[in-house]
Amino acid sequence: MSAADQTQRLAKGGLIDRSKPLGFSFDGKSFAGYHGDTLASALVANGVRLVGRSFKYHRPRGILTAGSEEPNALVELRTGARREPNTRATTIELYDGLVAASQNRWPSLDFDILSVNQLASPILVAGFYYKTFMWPAKLWEALYEPLIRRAAGLGRAATQSDPDHYEKAWAHCDVLVVGGGPTGLAAALAAGRAGARVILCEEEPTLGGRLLSDGGTIDGLPATDWIAQAADELSAMLDVRIMTRTTLTGAYDHGTHAALERVNDHLPVPPEHQPRQRLWRIVAKRTVVAAGALERPIVFGGNDVPGIMLASAVRTYINRYAATPAKRLALFTNNDDGWKTVDAAIAAGLTVAGVVDARQEASADQRALASKHGFAVLNGVVDHVDGGRKGIGSIEVALAGGARATLEADGLAVSGGWNPSVGLTSQHRGRPKWRDDIAAFVPDGAPPGMSAAGAANGAFLLTDCLREGHSAGAAAAADLGFGGSVGAAPSSDDAPASSLTPLWHVAGKKKAFVDFQNDVTASDIALAAREGFQSVEHLKRYTTLGMATDQGKSSNLQGLAIMAELTGRSIPQTGTTIYRPPYVPVAIGALAGHHRDENFHSVRLTPSHHWAAERGAVFVDTGLWKRAQWYPIKGEKDWLESVTREVKAVRGGVGFCDVSTLGKIDVHGPNAGTFLDRVYINTFSTLAVGKARYGLMLREDGMVYDDGTTSRLAEDHYFLTTTTAKAGLVMQHLEFCRQVLFPELDVQLTSVSDQWAQFSIAGPRTRDLLCEIVDPGEDLSNEGFPFMAAREVLLRGGLKARLFRISFSGEMAFEISVPARFGDALARNMMIAGEQFGVTPYGTEALGVMRVEKGHVAGPELNGMTTAADLGLGKMMSTKKDFIGRVMAGREALVAADRQVVVGIKPVDKARRLRSGAHVIRKGEIPGPDTDGGYVTSVCFSPMLGQWIGLGLVSRGRERIGEIASAHDPLRGEDYEIELCHPVFYDPEGGRQRG
Amino acid sequence: MRIACPFCGPRENSEFSYLGDAKPKRPGPDAGEDAVYEYVYLRDNVAGEMAELWYHGGGCRAWLQVRRNTVTHEILSVEPAAGAGAASVTP
Ligand SMILES: [Zn+2]
Repeated sequence: MSAADQTQRLAKGGLIDRSKPLGFSFDGKSFAGYHGDTLASALVANGVRLVGRSFKYHRPRGILTAGSEEPNALVELRTGARREPNTRATTIELYDGLVAASQNRWPSLDFDILSVNQLASPILVAGFYYKTFMWPAKLWEALYEPLIRRAAGLGRAATQSDPDHYEKAWAHCDVLVVGGGPTGLAAALAAGRAGARVILCEEEPTLGGRLLSDGGTIDGLPATDWIAQAADELSAMLDVRIMTRTTLTGAYDHGTHAALERVNDHLPVPPEHQPRQRLWRIVAKRTVVAAGALERPIVFGGNDVPGIMLASAVRTYINRYAATPAKRLALFTNNDDGWKTVDAAIAAGLTVAGVVDARQEASADQRALASKHGFAVLNGVVDHVDGGRKGIGSIEVALAGGARATLEADGLAVSGGWNPSVGLTSQHRGRPKWRDDIAAFVPDGAPPGMSAAGAANGAFLLTDCLREGHSAGAAAAADLGFGGSVGAAPSSDDAPASSLTPLWHVAGKKKAFVDFQNDVTASDIALAAREGFQSVEHLKRYTTLGMATDQGKSSNLQGLAIMAELTGRSIPQTGTTIYRPPYVPVAIGALAGHHRDENFHSVRLTPSHHWAAERGAVFVDTGLWKRAQWYPIKGEKDWLESVTREVKAVRGGVGFCDVSTLGKIDVHGPNAGTFLDRVYINTFSTLAVGKARYGLMLREDGMVYDDGTTSRLAEDHYFLTTTTAKAGLVMQHLEFCRQVLFPELDVQLTSVSDQWAQFSIAGPRTRDLLCEIVDPGEDLSNEGFPFMAAREVLLRGGLKARLFRISFSGEMAFEISVPARFGDALARNMMIAGEQFGVTPYGTEALGVMRVEKGHVAGPELNGMTTAADLGLGKMMSTKKDFIGRVMAGREALVAADRQVVVGIKPVDKARRLRSGAHVIRKGEIPGPDTDGGYVTSVCFSPMLGQWIGLGLVSRGRERIGEIASAHDPLRGEDYEIELCHPVFYDPEGGRQRG
Repeated sequence: MRIACPFCGPRENSEFSYLGDAKPKRPGPDAGEDAVYEYVYLRDNVAGEMAELWYHGGGCRAWLQVRRNTVTHEILSVEPAAGAGAASVTP
């Protein structure tokens, strides 16, 4: 490999940096290129024509375009974990050591076995998948699907985890300019001069757009000088930000846009701490779409032979990259713009083989040019091109008069006219309108605040682009009240407007491709028309036209035009499909940003987390929280042993558990009590100051919503707790009640969930432990601090805490709250102070065991389908007041006698393990939907009873205490006998918690 | 989508949660089951302008009444929803 091998590189010219030669490999072969090349331009410079095989027929394909609309030149870029399939060679910036491989071929690009698919093409026509699905399913699974999967499909994704990272960012501006070509630069200059905050997004690494390929003179300066001058002026403006390598992919509501910045895709590996890509959300008050236009091909037989390229792309490779796609070039055009390619080819010293112009006879100027350079101008169309993987064999021309001619060339430039980029302006379901003079759709209205200018608006003349861009930028700024002088619009005296005669399709027998990437041919469109799939949305789905990764940028209009012709309608009558984001493919990694692996969601740690981790606690995910599940000690063989020890330690001595994950809400105000009366089924206005009460909330439909303990700390101050799971939702619900339903109540809510560390301390020796923690001046005796008392206390050392005598375990228990920053210290202190009493930290598992032993309901029973009465709490419903859910809770079905209600469940065989989820069936009945009588909701091994116990929701359960029923567990294949029993298994009199 | 919270200014829609139709008013204590049934279950679902309730949970925690065109997403007004669902007084 050496720079000299670039046989198709011009000796001078282009915007590449010849002082920086680069090496790269394609399909294992080494090549050289220059800084400033794309992979595509470097391949062109090295004379590589064949770059891939097509999706369905495995046809040899070459490079068609020079931009992000490329349908053919898709490659696998990089190797190993960074291998990325379906990257467009036309947008890959060359770097030293770049490795790329062609796709869709086996064993090699030159010899691809599956190109025999071309022979099978009669069965691979439009609608193939739909028709095949109609065949016997067995054949589909066994035969067609594996076959298709091997044959079709594009590149291979990396199999390892992506080692790079991606990030997301926000930006805000007054005027967003989409596109950094002449229109966009003029718009940004005007808006920036007026004083607006401007963001200019340009997809390519450099500003200039088509100017980089077509040159021109602006305000007396050569195009590249004018670009540099404009860039300098913009860079000097403090409120203008230029974002290159950034593609605007979507326009969303209210001025929100998505943009993908390829921060480090142009390097082999992103520098340390830098993302590969960054997904921007840009909020703009005004948007100027200066996204330009895309040239379109013409559909004719063999129009996919490598060596056939869009005319504008040929100019780009010659002028911008000094790389010549052919030695002997022919042109097929229906417009004047295509002729610019002849000028470029002549200037670069290429031989022009001939021009096929589908319009009238050539102009005098064109004839003069032709005779000077010795090429033919043929009035007619290219009937078909013969050739294959080695490129163009011959170009067969059908002349307007009926005669035929043959052109010998190794390159064919094709121009069918230009399509304004109407994708962004149409993303809010706006339909573009048809303009006959340019035979293309242009924006017809746009989302609020957005306007199109220049080629994106159907203005193809350089001076018109500059004028429209300038005035769109100035208008956007003026609209927002920026009054700075915008200066005069830049101007150019380029050639007059191009004339064009529409030509979409040259009918013939050879395969003529409409959608190159999805291998949709003109005859597929005809088949769709014959079979009745004539609406554009049907056409698209039946043939897959426009459904590939290029979203039909170079194919949709030709497909529509052919359908219009076949059905006798005009193109605007035929219509367009809906434009949706993203404009270019966006990697899932960019959409995910940092939200992957351990950062997939945020993690909440309890105040005692680090202390618990030091003790070797096993943690369980509870929503976003990590909670200590149990604290194993050395020698314990499994979780059950640890949990059983913890339960016994609590019931025999004292233990504590971090319950800070409960939602905590301070309720303040003179009407706080009345407010709580309306949101709870029971009454809180009568609760004495210094007391706590268990409360139950319903939804307005009568089902139980949440439960928790609420304490009255002062006449006008309650402290409310919610379950861990519902903390945020209950806050939202209470704010709804306060603001929307009961605005007359003088009450305020403050979420204090994160402000307080809260521990449950339980067991007969709780008071002994507390006395070591709490100031000796506080009376913790049963009289001084009775069951359900709640008040502020002083701790030893002077810290104020809140103490609640409430019990979830059935033991003598307190909950203590300290400011969250003291939670860790409190846990450590309790361990030291409690050592003499054998204090044992316990986790959520032991907490759960003790609540099942006491028959307390929790998440599995508060499942959104149970009423207060189902839970055995019906008597709590006050009849003296209105509350949320009261009326609906009285509905017939919600008070029916056969409802499934909470009962206790024990396996008859005491050695048997009970499993939650098992269905409860009356003894002797056959399990089925009709006989299903409920299910087991919660289970645990009870250390106190020495057997598995559980709670269940069982139809008429309370009447059936003592009944032997069947547990039916089809998932685990188990059937066994169970006894329905009272749900309080342990200390049913409740003496322990009051002692 | 962006909603101009009267307390916080224009904010991204991910800060808000949606509830829906702002029209239903919670019936008074004696309105009876049918009225409550309607309040709980019947909602307008307009293709066009409608008043909706949104909650600014990622901001000031205000419940807002947003008049919005559900087809174009144009937002016509945003105001605090104070009392928007308060008991309708049946004559
Ligand atoms: Zn707000």
